[in-house]
Amino acid sequence: MTNLTNIGDLLAHAYQIEIEAVERYQMLADQMEVHNNSELEKLFRKLAYHEGQHAEEIRTQMTDANVPELKPGEFRWAGPDSPEAVDLGDIHYMMTPWHALQLALKAEQQAFAFFDEFRRSASDPDIKRLADEFAEEEEEHVAMVLKELEKYPEPDDDWDDDPDPPVSPE
Amino acid sequence: MSKAQAVAYKQGDYKSKVKPIWCPGCGDYHVLISITRALAEIGVAPEDVAVISGIGCSSRIPAYTNCYGFHGVHGRSLALAAGLKVARPDLTVLITSGDGDGFSIGGNHFLHACRRNVDMTYIVMDNRVYGMTKGQPSPTTEPDWDSALSPGGTGLRPFHPLVIALASGANFVARTFSGDPNGTARVLVEAIRHPGFSFVEILSPCVTFRPDEKEWKNMVHTAPVEPTDDAARAARRIMTDDGFNLGVLYRGHRAPYQPEIGTASVDVADLEEAFLL
Ligand SMILES: Cc1ncc(C[n+]2csc(CCOP(=O)(O)OP(=O)(O)O)c2C)c(N)n1
Ligand code: SF4
Repeated sequence: MTNLTNIGDLLAHAYQIEIEAVERYQMLADQMEVHNNSELEKLFRKLAYHEGQHAEEIRTQMTDANVPELKPGEFRWAGPDSPEAVDLGDIHYMMTPWHALQLALKAEQQAFAFFDEFRRSASDPDIKRLADEFAEEEEEHVAMVLKELEKYPEPDDDWDDDPDPPVSPE
Repeated sequence: MSKAQAVAYKQGDYKSKVKPIWCPGCGDYHVLISITRALAEIGVAPEDVAVISGIGCSSRIPAYTNCYGFHGVHGRSLALAAGLKVARPDLTVLITSGDGDGFSIGGNHFLHACRRNVDMTYIVMDNRVYGMTKGQPSPTTEPDWDSALSPGGTGLRPFHPLVIALASGANFVARTFSGDPNGTARVLVEAIRHPGFSFVEILSPCVTFRPDEKEWKNMVHTAPVEPTDDAARAARRIMTDDGFNLGVLYRGHRAPYQPEIGTASVDVADLEEAFLL
């Protein structure tokens, strides 16, 4: 578990989680734009917008607290990346909104798990309250993605069949 | 006060506005993140960094950064970069390359860049294939990799970049995985700070021509041993590993090559004249 010991540290990490989520969704939107998948481009831009709003909310809370200026390597993530950053290795040029939302769901669930675990282990009531707030926010995002997923049925197994594939057939 | 001390740079400060055209899922996206993250960590000003490359998907990185860049000739990035670093030792010089660019056409430059030990960092995105030219086997491709362009596999023994780097005199040798952007950034920070020629092989899947490499994320593991400053020991370790050990393998103590820079006795106009047709 990431060991955050004060409010400033928590805010710095929470803000960074959102900033990296925004960057990642924007990268994905750019990829989809470049590959002419405009439906997913819009979806990723929308997700980036929501994360950006959350980042902004956190930033306003940061003015009163003593928030450290952390360098990229000083953030204490449990995994190889910040919890809400979508794994770029899971992207496919023909992916559907269903796939994109599955990735978003995983990212939101990871962010929720990060704050949830933290609020459970925190002993300081102020830190606990703030971690609670962040966990609830992420829970709302999870619910939002699940709601969005209702619009898209799981695609058939042949969703990635490309009549003109990049690898020439044997 | 230096520029780096005066300004705290963010990762985004090193990214250009050019949208990458790599295939979605390509490992090189993560490498771009790791490089910009490492530069932000070090805090060097973007205008004090030069990113040099040859040709290939991986060699597109200079365009995607906000640093000075030179997208050069296939296989010749190290020669260009060495010239630049010797002439401008104040710059932080990174070279981004692929296994084709770096070990086929650029193989000879690789040997001599290690030997020469100019203070720069060579980042090779190894996907064991020529991505840009549509999937031909490269020097690091497994001998039995069966594809339309190499039916039954090449049957050739793969080139071992880390062993070659050690044998040729590189001063810092490491291997990382693109899917671990933080781990890669940490190693890059160390590689850039380490004096002399640093070589970092980044296993970076080509999801289009080597979809099997998506499995790499389940195959890589942190090397169970500490880095050494004994090149022979490092070479023995890496010769017998499974190809998926990650981490810093070797930190040497050789002094970088940096000749005295003379004062130019000719001005730019004179130089230009020599090239007039
Ligand atoms: C002199 C010359 N020879 C051949 C080529 C064709 N060519 C372009 S990129 C490339 C190989 C790229 O492979 P790699 O360096 O592994 O990069 P990747 O695209 O996989 O990232 C080749 C052979 C060229 N551009 N110039
Ligand atoms: S062809 Fe391979 S290396 Fe090139 S961009 Fe696509 S996935 Fe990456």
